[in-house]
Amino acid sequence: MEHIVIIGNGISGVTAARHIRKLSDKKITIVSAETDYFFSRTALMYVYMGHMKFEHTQPYENWFWKKNNIDLKKGFVTRIKSETKEVLFDNNESLSYDKLIIATGSKPNKFGWPGQDLDGVMGMYHKQDLEKLEKYAPNNTECKRAVIVGGGLIGIELAEMLHSRNIPVTFLVREDSFWNGVLPAGESSMINRHIRNHHIDLRLGVNLKEILADDTGKVKSIVIQETGEVIDCDVVGLTAGVSPNINFLKDSGIDLGRGVKVNRFLETNIPDIFAIGDCAEQHEAIGNRRPIEAVWYTGRMMGETLAQTICGNRIEYKPGHWFNSAKFLDIEYQTYGWVFARPKEYEKQFHWIHNDDTKCVTVSYHKETNEFLGINTFGIRMRHEVFDQWLSEKKDVDYVIKHLIKANFDPEFYTKYEADILRAYQKSQLQNA
Amino acid sequence: MSNKLNHSMSLANPDVTGISTKQKLALAIGFSGLLLLILSLLNTNFPNKGIFLTIALVLILTGTVLYANHAYLTKLEGIKNDGVWFKSISSRGVLGWITGVLLTVFYIILYFKAELLGMGTNGASNTGLVGLFDPLSILLSGRPASQWFVYGTLYTIAILGFGYKFILKYRHNRYQQIRTVSVMFFQLGFAFLIPEFMARLNTSPEYNLPYYDLKSMWPLNYYLFDGYSINGLLSSGNLGLGLLIFGIVTIFIISPILTYKFGKRWYCSWVCGCGGLAETAGDSFRQLSSKKVSAWKLERWLIHTVLVFSVIMTIAVIYSYLGSDPTKYWLTRSTFLISISVFLTVIFGLVMLFKRKELGKDAKYGAIGYFVILALILGMHFTGTTTEIFFVKSGSLRSAYGLYIGSIFSGVIGTGFYPILGNRAWCRFGCPMAAILGFQQRLFSKFRITTNGGQCISCGNCSTYCEMGIDVRAYAQKGENIVRSSCVGCGICSAVCPRGVLKLENDGLDGRINANEILLGNDVDLMDYVNKN
Repeated sequence: MEHIVIIGNGISGVTAARHIRKLSDKKITIVSAETDYFFSRTALMYVYMGHMKFEHTQPYENWFWKKNNIDLKKGFVTRIKSETKEVLFDNNESLSYDKLIIATGSKPNKFGWPGQDLDGVMGMYHKQDLEKLEKYAPNNTECKRAVIVGGGLIGIELAEMLHSRNIPVTFLVREDSFWNGVLPAGESSMINRHIRNHHIDLRLGVNLKEILADDTGKVKSIVIQETGEVIDCDVVGLTAGVSPNINFLKDSGIDLGRGVKVNRFLETNIPDIFAIGDCAEQHEAIGNRRPIEAVWYTGRMMGETLAQTICGNRIEYKPGHWFNSAKFLDIEYQTYGWVFARPKEYEKQFHWIHNDDTKCVTVSYHKETNEFLGINTFGIRMRHEVFDQWLSEKKDVDYVIKHLIKANFDPEFYTKYEADILRAYQKSQLQNA
Repeated sequence: MSNKLNHSMSLANPDVTGISTKQKLALAIGFSGLLLLILSLLNTNFPNKGIFLTIALVLILTGTVLYANHAYLTKLEGIKNDGVWFKSISSRGVLGWITGVLLTVFYIILYFKAELLGMGTNGASNTGLVGLFDPLSILLSGRPASQWFVYGTLYTIAILGFGYKFILKYRHNRYQQIRTVSVMFFQLGFAFLIPEFMARLNTSPEYNLPYYDLKSMWPLNYYLFDGYSINGLLSSGNLGLGLLIFGIVTIFIISPILTYKFGKRWYCSWVCGCGGLAETAGDSFRQLSSKKVSAWKLERWLIHTVLVFSVIMTIAVIYSYLGSDPTKYWLTRSTFLISISVFLTVIFGLVMLFKRKELGKDAKYGAIGYFVILALILGMHFTGTTTEIFFVKSGSLRSAYGLYIGSIFSGVIGTGFYPILGNRAWCRFGCPMAAILGFQQRLFSKFRITTNGGQCISCGNCSTYCEMGIDVRAYAQKGENIVRSSCVGCGICSAVCPRGVLKLENDGLDGRINANEILLGNDVDLMDYVNKN
C-alpha cells in the first residue's frame, strides 16, 4: 500500500490527508513537532483571551484520526533523503515514504534586530509562542507594558490579546498608516482610529532599533530608530510578517526560493515530493496572487487540490476568485476580488464610510469598462457566493452597487446601509461626470 | 518544542478577571437584597413585609443593573467573552460548583420540602420566605403566596435583571436585543402577571381557572390535560372553554405554522420561560455544554424517550378522565384512542414515506421502535389483553412523570446544574416540547443557519458558545448549512464568529441541506467535479 507522509498538521496538511482518505485507502502519516492534534492556528488568540480553551481550537475529536485510519506522529524532521525516500527525525528515527507532502507552514520573520532572541521576545504563530506569552505576560503586574513590532494581521491580533488582559500596549508600525500596503487609505485610517479608541498606543511610521536586556537576559526596553525614544516593556512581540518554515530542507536537493518551489501541480523538482500551504512558492504568480500565499483558505484549497493529484486525478492548482477576511479588534473585514491599496492604472475605487467610523466599503472597478473588480467591506458582512458569481459574470459596478443588498449577510434586524451606499455612489458619479 | 508549559490551558488565573471596585459595590448591593431574603428564610420577623420585600427585590435588580452597566457600558461595542474560561463561576471552578450545589439544594427544597421555605401547610398561614411574599401575592391575585409564587417572582426578576445585562452585552446586535426583550415580555406578562390576574378572577364563583401560562404549550405544560385542569377550565364559562381551545390550537395549528416559517426559535429562544431563563441568567454558562458526538447521541435518545413518555402519560390521563363520566362528552374512550392511533400512524407513515432519507440510522430505528411499542400497547388494549391502558394506573404514570421529568429533570438538573452542564441541559436532553419542535424544524421548516462560502477558519468560537452543544464548526468548515433539531436559534454562533460566516435565515426548502466536499474559492471545475461525485 502506498505510504503518504505529510509533514505538518496545519490546515493544508490535514485537508490533504482528509481528502486522500476520502478518495483512497492509502496509508497516511501526518508528522508534527508542534502539537499532537490538528488545531486552528487562527484561534490561538482566543485561548489567551479566555474565550476558548485550547481543546476548543481542535476541529476534530481525538478519536477522529484513528477512526479514519490516519496515523499521527510527533517528531521534528531534520532532513529529507529523497534518494532513499526517507524522512529523518532529530532523535535519529526515520520514516520511509512513497509520496511526501511538505506542509510546514511559516515562521515569524526576524530582521536581525539587536536583542531579538532575548527572553520575553516572541512571535505569535506557534502554540509554543502562546505558552511563552502566558509565561511572560500572564497579567499586567508581571507585564507592565508590551511592545509590538509590525503592523499586520498578527500584530493587531496580538495587541487585542494583550489588551484583553489590560496590559498596556505600544504598537510600532513601520508604515505611516496601519496595513496600508493592503488596505486603501480610507480603510486603513479608519482602523488607525479604531485601534486608538481601544487605548492602544499606536505609533505610525516608526521602526525598531534595538531591544535592550536587563541583568538576567530578559527584555527591559526597546529603542525606536527614528526618535531614539526608549520604551520600557516586559514583552516584545515580533509580528513583522512570516516566511516559509523550510530551514530543514536546505541540503535536500529540493529547489528552494523563499519557499519550496512548486509548479502549478504543486510538485517540487523531485518526483513524489509536493509542497502546499504557506511554505509553497509558485514559480510564477497566479493572476494577481503572490507566489507565496500565507492564508488559511489557500492552504486549504491546495490541500483539496493536491489530494486529487495524489489519488490519480492529476490537476493544476487553479484557485478561483480571491477572497479573505480578518477582524480588527471589533471590526470585521471581508474582501472579494481585488481592491488594491494603491489603485492600478486601470482601476478606480468608490469609497463609502459610515459616520460612526466603524463601517466602510470600498468597491473597485475598471475605469474604462466599468467592470466590477472587487470589494472590501468593514463592519458589514457580505455573501461570498454572490460576489463569486458577480466576479465570474463580470458584472459592471453599477449593477453591483444597485444590487448590493443581495449580498448582505448581516444578522436579521440589523440596520441596512445599502441605500446609503447607493446614494453616495450616485453622488460620486455625478461629481465625476 | 515542549508542551510542558500549559498556563492558559489549565489553572492560570490572570488578574484580568478581577472586578473593579464599582462592580464589587454593585455585587454588594445585589447580595444585600438576597441577604434580606435569606434573613426572612431564617424567620426573621420583618415589621412591614411589603416594604422589606420591595427593598429586597429593588436591591437585587439595582445590583444587577449597576454591575452590567459597569461591565459593558465602559467598553466599546463588541463581543465580550474576555476571560470567560478564567473565571471560576463560568469555567466549572470552585464558584461554579458552589453555585451549582446551592441551586440544586434550592430546587430540591422548592419541589419537595416547601415547608422549609415557610409554606403554610394545612391551612396555617405562611411564615419565612413565602410569608415575605404574601403582600405581593395578595396585591396581584388576592390570595396568600405559595412557594410557586415565590419561585415565579424570583424567576421573573432573574429574567428581567439578567435580560438587561444581556442586552447591554450585545448592544451592537439587534437580533439579540429584540429576542431578549421578547423573552422578558413573555415572562413578565404571560407567565407571571396574567396567571395571577386569572387567579383573581377565581374569587368570583363563576370561575375556577387552573394555573395557566398562556405561552406554555403541551407537552411542556403536561398538566394541561389533568382532570382538575380540564374540569377547572370547563367550569369557567366561555373564558375557560376558550383557554382550553387555545391550548389545543397552539399545539396543532399555531405552533406548526410558526415553526415552519421561523424554526423552533420562535418558541425556544423568543417565548419560552425555560429558554428565557437559560438565555439571560444562564448566559454565562452556555460554553459549558458538551460538544462531543457521544453527548449528541445521548441527547437524541434521551429527549425522544421523554417525549414518548409524555405522550403515553397524557394519553393515559385523558383516557381515564374520559372514563370518569361517559355521558358527559361526545368523545368516548375508544374514539379518543382510535383518533390518537390514526394521528400517530399518519405522522409516522408520512415521515417514513417522504423523509426516510433524511433520517439517521439510529433515528430510523428509534422511530420504528417507539412506534411499535405504542402500537402494541394500544393494540393489546383493543384486544382486551389489558384492562388498564399502559398496564399501570394513569395516576401513577402522571405522578411519575411529574416527579422525574417535571421536577427532577427540568428543575433540579435543568437549572440547578447550569454551572456544570451548561444552561440548556433540560432543553437539550429532556424537553418534550423541544423534541416536537425540533422534529419539525429538522424535517419541515424554512429555518437554517447559512454558512458563508469558504470563509470559515475553523476557530471554534461558534461551537464553544453553542448552548445546545451543536458542533457548529463541523458544518461551517464544510460550507454546509446547519439544520439541526436541537438548534434554538439563539444566534450567538453568528454573533461570535470573527469572520462573518454564519447567518440565521428562513428560506425555501430546496437545497436547505447541502454538503460540500470542496469549498467555494477553489477551482470551479474541481468544485463541480468533486461535489457532483
